[in-house]
Amino acid sequence: MMIATERLQLRVGARTLVENLDWQVRDGECWSIIGRNGAGKSTLMRTLAGLRAPDGGQVSLQGRPLSAWPLEALARQRAFLAQSRSDAFAYTVIETVLSARHPYHAGSYWENSDDHHIALRSLAAMEVDDLANRDVRTLSGGERQRVAIAALLAQDTQLLLLDEPANALDLAHQVSVMGLLAKLCRERRKTVVMIGHDLSLAHGISTHALLLMGDGRWLAGPRDDVMQAPILSEYLHHPIDIVRHGSRSIFIPREA
Amino acid sequence: MHPTSANPRSRAAIIVAGLLLACVGSVLFAGMTGSVSIPLADMPGALDELLHRRADSLAATLLDLRASRALSAFVTGAALSLAGVMMQALLRNPLADPYVLGLSSGSAVGALAAMMAACAAWAVDAAAFAGAVIISMLLYFLARRDLRSGSAAEGGTALLLLTGVILSSAGSALVSLMLSVAGENELRGMVFWLIGDLSGAPLRAMPWLVLAAGLLFALRTARSMNVLALHAEAAATLGIRVGLLRKGLFFCSGLLTASAVTTAGSIGFVGLIVPHACRFAFGPDHRVLIPAATLAGGAYLVLADTLARTIIAPQQLPVGVITALVGTPVFLYQLHRLRK
Repeated sequence: MMIATERLQLRVGARTLVENLDWQVRDGECWSIIGRNGAGKSTLMRTLAGLRAPDGGQVSLQGRPLSAWPLEALARQRAFLAQSRSDAFAYTVIETVLSARHPYHAGSYWENSDDHHIALRSLAAMEVDDLANRDVRTLSGGERQRVAIAALLAQDTQLLLLDEPANALDLAHQVSVMGLLAKLCRERRKTVVMIGHDLSLAHGISTHALLLMGDGRWLAGPRDDVMQAPILSEYLHHPIDIVRHGSRSIFIPREA
Repeated sequence: MHPTSANPRSRAAIIVAGLLLACVGSVLFAGMTGSVSIPLADMPGALDELLHRRADSLAATLLDLRASRALSAFVTGAALSLAGVMMQALLRNPLADPYVLGLSSGSAVGALAAMMAACAAWAVDAAAFAGAVIISMLLYFLARRDLRSGSAAEGGTALLLLTGVILSSAGSALVSLMLSVAGENELRGMVFWLIGDLSGAPLRAMPWLVLAAGLLFALRTARSMNVLALHAEAAATLGIRVGLLRKGLFFCSGLLTASAVTTAGSIGFVGLIVPHACRFAFGPDHRVLIPAATLAGGAYLVLADTLARTIIAPQQLPVGVITALVGTPVFLYQLHRLRK
């Protein structure tokens, strides 16, 4: 069991977003979290990452409650891609990615050459290796997002938590990043939990889906059990049609 | 502009060695320069006399006076610059300076109140220190949410910054009040204190101890400061105890600032432009930035103070005038370059 929640409750102010969430994610699974704006997707993600304490119940990683993990050991198990980031200082792209190696040797002052290799490989995987010496503040939104994902890869963890990884990416990079994540799950048995708004893209790579209603209700299960037109229409408050195209499913919102 | 690939270790060593030389050079220059300048040929002899604790010749006596003032300037500048680096990392804002949270106005209230009560010099220093400590404690109490373990605070350090700015303006109001009711003969000393002046600064051991402790903490957390500066709250997912680090930065920069203003009053701009210039020249990596900014801040204030006491000699200017006059155009230039 990679990550699991037990009677998890999430509240923001007086609103209950998620109630009694009992949810298990196993090695090699790729989950998409789907729901409307404000349904609690990011709140759930931040709770899974340990950035926010649950309002009830608990989250455990490999059978051990998150709060019982030392932060550094936890950082070698799971990586988190935040929804947005602000760059205040003129760090270079390579420095940004190298900082993700922090949990592996917090005791030493400098990184070693292995870290440099890993960082460069991650940059190459995201096709941003030519930007290595650029100031991160001069990158475009999509380039910055790919650098952030490269940092996530350099952290080299079993569990990847991604809040809208496809944000700001152009079409080609959406497809290649999603393909890479799916490959990590399939071939290296990594576990991915991500948030995305593109249902077709999510359906293409996920093995499972978790739907959030935003009033406490939720639904989790294998992709094809959960991502059905009537269910999605209810959870997203908009009628949705599914069109088959070869082996793929295309999700089309009906016109108003 | 700053190569990262080659070997960061040797690059850092070269930078630090170069700046160390510049520091020694600036103190020697300060020792030689003044209304009576000591020729370079007399320096070895004078230094030798000083090291053997006897200052018989004129050169040695002058060097003794000037060098101790230069060393006070060095420790003050280094502390302010280091505090600036820490404050900028804490607030994730390269435009923050050690005074932004109101510590200097707190100590100004303390110092000026002691001057009005016609206290001795040591009591003025003690009151300045106490003022800074009281402001820090008030700030910690009011904004401790931002210094807790990042979990709840999504707004970063906005509460801390705003609380600091408000406390700072409350302090300024009290300072204005005291200036307007102060007697003529106290006024000059007060104004000099507010601008920042090293002429009366005694050479004490305390600021050096504070600087050493601050530097040790900063070097030990340099890696974590990089991660915090890059990722803010999300630094916790890379194994950083964000709350603990923020508290450490808050207290260390506060202590350094309090120690600096106690020595020399509120000298402006050093904590802002020196870290800024070092970031510009050597990059934002704190592992290089921390030692570089500390050394450069010290050397900068030594040179500024030498200029302050010689430029319209025999009259002496408060060093804060020089740092502000030099600092403003340098800062504007950097800002302009940055935004291009």
